[in-house]
Amino acid sequence: MVQQLDLLKETPSQTAGPYVHIGLTPNFATIPSVYDADLGNSMLTEKTAGERITIQGRVIDGGGSPLRDALVEIWQADANGLYNSPAEMRGTADPHFTGWGRCPTDADTGVYSFETIKPGRAPFKDGRLMAPHVTFWIVARGINIGLHTRMYLGDEDKANAEDPLLARIEHPHRRATLIAARDGNVYTFDIHLQGERETVFLDI
Amino acid sequence: MSDRPNRKPEIGSFFQRDRAWHPPAYAPGYKTSVLRSPQKALLSLDNTISEITGPVFGHAILGELDNDLIHNFAKPGESAIGERIIVHGRVLDERGRPVPGALLEFWQANAGGRYRHRKETYLAPLDPNFGGCGRTITDEDGGYRFRTIRPGAYPWPNGPNDWRPAHIHFSIFGHGFAQRLITQMYFEGDPMIWRCPIVSTIPDKRAVEQLIAPLDMANTIPMDARAYKFDIVLRGRRSTLFENRLEGN
Repeated sequence: MVQQLDLLKETPSQTAGPYVHIGLTPNFATIPSVYDADLGNSMLTEKTAGERITIQGRVIDGGGSPLRDALVEIWQADANGLYNSPAEMRGTADPHFTGWGRCPTDADTGVYSFETIKPGRAPFKDGRLMAPHVTFWIVARGINIGLHTRMYLGDEDKANAEDPLLARIEHPHRRATLIAARDGNVYTFDIHLQGERETVFLDI
Repeated sequence: MSDRPNRKPEIGSFFQRDRAWHPPAYAPGYKTSVLRSPQKALLSLDNTISEITGPVFGHAILGELDNDLIHNFAKPGESAIGERIIVHGRVLDERGRPVPGALLEFWQANAGGRYRHRKETYLAPLDPNFGGCGRTITDEDGGYRFRTIRPGAYPWPNGPNDWRPAHIHFSIFGHGFAQRLITQMYFEGDPMIWRCPIVSTIPDKRAVEQLIAPLDMANTIPMDARAYKFDIVLRGRRSTLFENRLEGN
């Protein structure tokens, strides 16, 4: 026998289930009066610096149907590439931007939507700049452990071409699954859980 | 995102997630996972600043009754029906250190096993005094507690006669977005745990046991409520070399 490392095991995940909205967006779930507002439904104020954008899309199952009971969270840097977090050591992020949003997919259309700002660039571990991106986390009934992925911006070809994470994707055609097309101020990012266009999900 | 606590931030990347301890994405005994499970390999990458960081939630967001599901939806002077319990515990990381300032959100069915949700069709009645959601933030020792009623078991359309054991859903926000976790707490002694297809998505019996809260008579409030203890472990961080000192130890 050797000494024990004394590390604990992470609590195992369980699905968020069909009623995740009761817990995480109760006002959306028509349980008003418990909280004033659903957390994460507003990322901006009028003082937030940066270019206003909308991010929208659907989460699509292996049968081609959008999930109408999913919940999406995003996390992103401010317009200068800084995160509004105590672990951000490079400077102070815009205090008028939370960087975090939470949105259920619509019960009829399956569309989620965030009003936010275009993120700046942040460095990879080795100091190279990553392309501007938004981190996604998706939970729903039938998803046993939350899915991490990233959205990159379709109008940032040059930055995307030098992004270290996109470069790690072995099959070039799969990089496109992480890049959202821009139309006006709207980026559309559909997340495919399975199939030919399965989104690249991250173990990170 | 206010009243940020005055403590030294942790900035190391997180330990790799032990995917064999968690349920796999594809678990055909839980039928909904069949079409909702990614089939290609995940892209593995060490954390970047985008995963090491995460939002902070201050106590200012909390209302007085947020951690009291017996009363936070009830009419004045009334309370939810059911066995009154306290759920408490600590949020730790894999190194066993407390995680202060973690946001916990929880939701559950009422004492009859009925959720307050428009898609819910179970014939058990709603309790007019029970909403089913609550939240709290861990203290400096990683501790938390809330009051609720013990939820009921309920049937669900998977197999022809599948029932969920009594459970409380937990959503946990630690300090980094890579720690994000949703799980479910079960109750000691419930024979339905070992018959549940969702519990059975977890391959290792020891991992299932990590989700079962024991009865905790030491924290009972006599003549009021019994207690169950549920500790939660989030991913731990590596030490980082910072100005030639190991940070995070």
